[in-house]
Amino acid sequence: MGDGLLVDLSRLQFATTTLYHYLFVPLTLGLAPYVALLETLHWRTGKDSYRRLARFFGSLLIINFAMGIVTGIVQEFQFGMNWSVFSRFVGDVFGAPLAMEGLFAFFLESTFLGLWLFGRDRLPRGVHVACIWIFTLGTWLSAYFIIVANSWMQHPVGYAIDPLTGYPVLNDIGAVLFQPFALWAYAHTVLGGLVAASVFVFAVAAYHLKRRQHVGEMRWAWRTAIAMGLIAATGQMIVGDVLGVIVTDVQPMKIAAGEALWETEGPCASLGIVAIIDQEARENTWELSIPCLLSIVATNSVDGVVVGANELQEQYEEQFGPGNYTPNVWIAFYAFRLMMGFGLIGAAWMLVAWWRTRKGRLPEGRVFWAISIWIVFTPWLGNMFGWIFTENARQPWVVYDMLLTRDAVSQISPTFLLISLPVFFLLYGAFAIVEFILLRRYVIKGPPTDDEPMAGQPAPPRPAQVA
Amino acid sequence: MGLPELWFVIVAVLWTGFFFLEGFDFGVGMLARTLGSDEAERAQMLTAIGPVWDADEVWLVTGGIAIFAAFPAWYAALFPAAYLPLLLVIVAIVVRAVAIEYRSKRPGPAWRSRWDTAVAVASLLLAFLFGVFWAGIVHGIPIDASGQFVGRSLLSFINPYSVLGGLTLLAFSLAHGATFLALKTAGSVQRKNEAWATRFDFVAGALMTAFAAWTYWSYSRDDAIALGVGILAVAGMLVALIANLRTRPLLAFWAHGVAIAAFVASMFIALYPNVLPSTLDPEASLTVAGAAASPYSLGVITVVAAIGLPMVIAYQAWSFWVFRKRITVEDAQRSHYA
Repeated sequence: MGDGLLVDLSRLQFATTTLYHYLFVPLTLGLAPYVALLETLHWRTGKDSYRRLARFFGSLLIINFAMGIVTGIVQEFQFGMNWSVFSRFVGDVFGAPLAMEGLFAFFLESTFLGLWLFGRDRLPRGVHVACIWIFTLGTWLSAYFIIVANSWMQHPVGYAIDPLTGYPVLNDIGAVLFQPFALWAYAHTVLGGLVAASVFVFAVAAYHLKRRQHVGEMRWAWRTAIAMGLIAATGQMIVGDVLGVIVTDVQPMKIAAGEALWETEGPCASLGIVAIIDQEARENTWELSIPCLLSIVATNSVDGVVVGANELQEQYEEQFGPGNYTPNVWIAFYAFRLMMGFGLIGAAWMLVAWWRTRKGRLPEGRVFWAISIWIVFTPWLGNMFGWIFTENARQPWVVYDMLLTRDAVSQISPTFLLISLPVFFLLYGAFAIVEFILLRRYVIKGPPTDDEPMAGQPAPPRPAQVA
Repeated sequence: MGLPELWFVIVAVLWTGFFFLEGFDFGVGMLARTLGSDEAERAQMLTAIGPVWDADEVWLVTGGIAIFAAFPAWYAALFPAAYLPLLLVIVAIVVRAVAIEYRSKRPGPAWRSRWDTAVAVASLLLAFLFGVFWAGIVHGIPIDASGQFVGRSLLSFINPYSVLGGLTLLAFSLAHGATFLALKTAGSVQRKNEAWATRFDFVAGALMTAFAAWTYWSYSRDDAIALGVGILAVAGMLVALIANLRTRPLLAFWAHGVAIAAFVASMFIALYPNVLPSTLDPEASLTVAGAAASPYSLGVITVVAAIGLPMVIAYQAWSFWVFRKRITVEDAQRSHYA
């Protein structure tokens, strides 16, 4: 095995289609509970501004969710189409969380989304509100089960090797479902979604506040987005730190690559901020670093020793035979930093924005509003780089320490890839444009005005402008 | 019956659920474009499936996952072998779902008409391709003794029997979709579909009869169960035809359910004990026992299915009950798809 072109094309296709899928996932995870909260507030208080906000952000959620669900179905097909050796190898373990995702999450999401979208005048109000909450639960469960499956690839647990086939065989589903790696990676994922949705709502509110339109509703959205964003980002820093320590323990090579640490260091290992990396020579030609910080973040102790990539490479060669077991350090190092930078800059700016708009002020400065709007892209970049980091820095393994990525591909003609890649690029490219245009139109249009009554509900007696 | 056999049955049940539910969605997708005399009527037809089509499609996803989880070797042999047909399936699934959701997001006849065409073409392709796919599996594909697929992907699934399977499922979807609309819409759309349901049922019944006969004589062992299931598929279509002739769409709808369950069952009975027959060497065929996951893993997913499936069926049935009312043109104009 190991047809280089086939492996490269298969990886390119899976990486691009997964990242594309992940354009839609974080916003769904974060915006669904936000819309559910708005629906609940409208139900409990009867205030019309909540109704308009729920409807506004609900439409944006739906436009986004439609793409998220179908691009997810594509990935399920691709496991078998492009990674059949992987599928055969992991099927006994991997199948269980996927089956749970199908039966416990996908059906829940899709059925209750339908009930929420079309059931407004068919269901009692409380039941209707419950539907959007159950939909939200479905999206969160779906994320959980797929993270469980991914975490097993990062850190296989709860299995034994079948002596006949050499494949892992599931023997402890509890270990797979509740291993710390999976639980913390899940928290990391969901918080990434909440940060993304907060920055999204924040930027949408900024667009309208800048123009002094829908001021009442948008001020509420602005404030809640800042609150949600700051809480989620704070949580993310804590969770990211815990996850970092776990990864250092179970995937030391990932952290060595992510920190561009070639030689074992410690106690008091220093953390590189910028580095010029020479992958061939297995060293950094230049770096700027902070003393002791790496020991603290990777091991929670100043005295901690962090093992470098060169020592790990030797260990791997001893265990698995000759080969290259070091991922691309350049990608790992910078993806890691870009993840943190883009992931947190939105929340940092929210602090500034909160100060500038305290006590109801609306600043005049063009730059302030421009930044508040354009910052919308940063959480997406943060989430992308996070996945690039975690998936790239575990190479060459697809199942950690068990199955090499290059051995996992379907033995199909590379011609098939040369057909399917352009098909995906064209299809996904075209739909990205359509989706972006639609989202932009709906954002600019703003919340519905009062002459657009919702199905089954009479229009409010008179325009109740909150502002 | 051991767990592998149980899961062979569950896979059949999930795909039956998919064809029974998504079958009418495919039909409606094609009929909205062709029978709708204006934009409002198309919106009316699509609104009839609006609350449910997405959940109907999850039966496909789960049907695929069940193959992966319960029979990893089957999944790993089948999906690369079907690479190009499945690529077409994926494209159609993506286009169709996005089209249904996005058509109502902008006013304007050009925007909507284009998406309606996309829905119709994608629905047609999917109904046909899934029939080809399953009949192609029953026919078998060229895999060698090591389980490696050695054919040319697109053509390996195309043979007269699989094309008949595709046409049967296509005609069935049209008949089922028209029946569903006769049941769920009011006004001129209802009347048009009552008339067309009968015509489609006539064609679908004829194709189903041919397909059942071919399956029985060429692919099944000569036993009473295989014969009975074939007869049941034909009888279901016959009852549906008569019911639609007498304008009793609810009876026709359930008769379609019996027919499609028998259609899937006939193919799975023909397959057993194989899951993927080899056209090169019978010894190289992948079997239920040989492709199955470990007993522990099958036990876990059996518990998952025992809890999950009844729940799914219960709340999905509830959702159909919530949306039991006939949809009028005016309803559609006040709905999410307005």
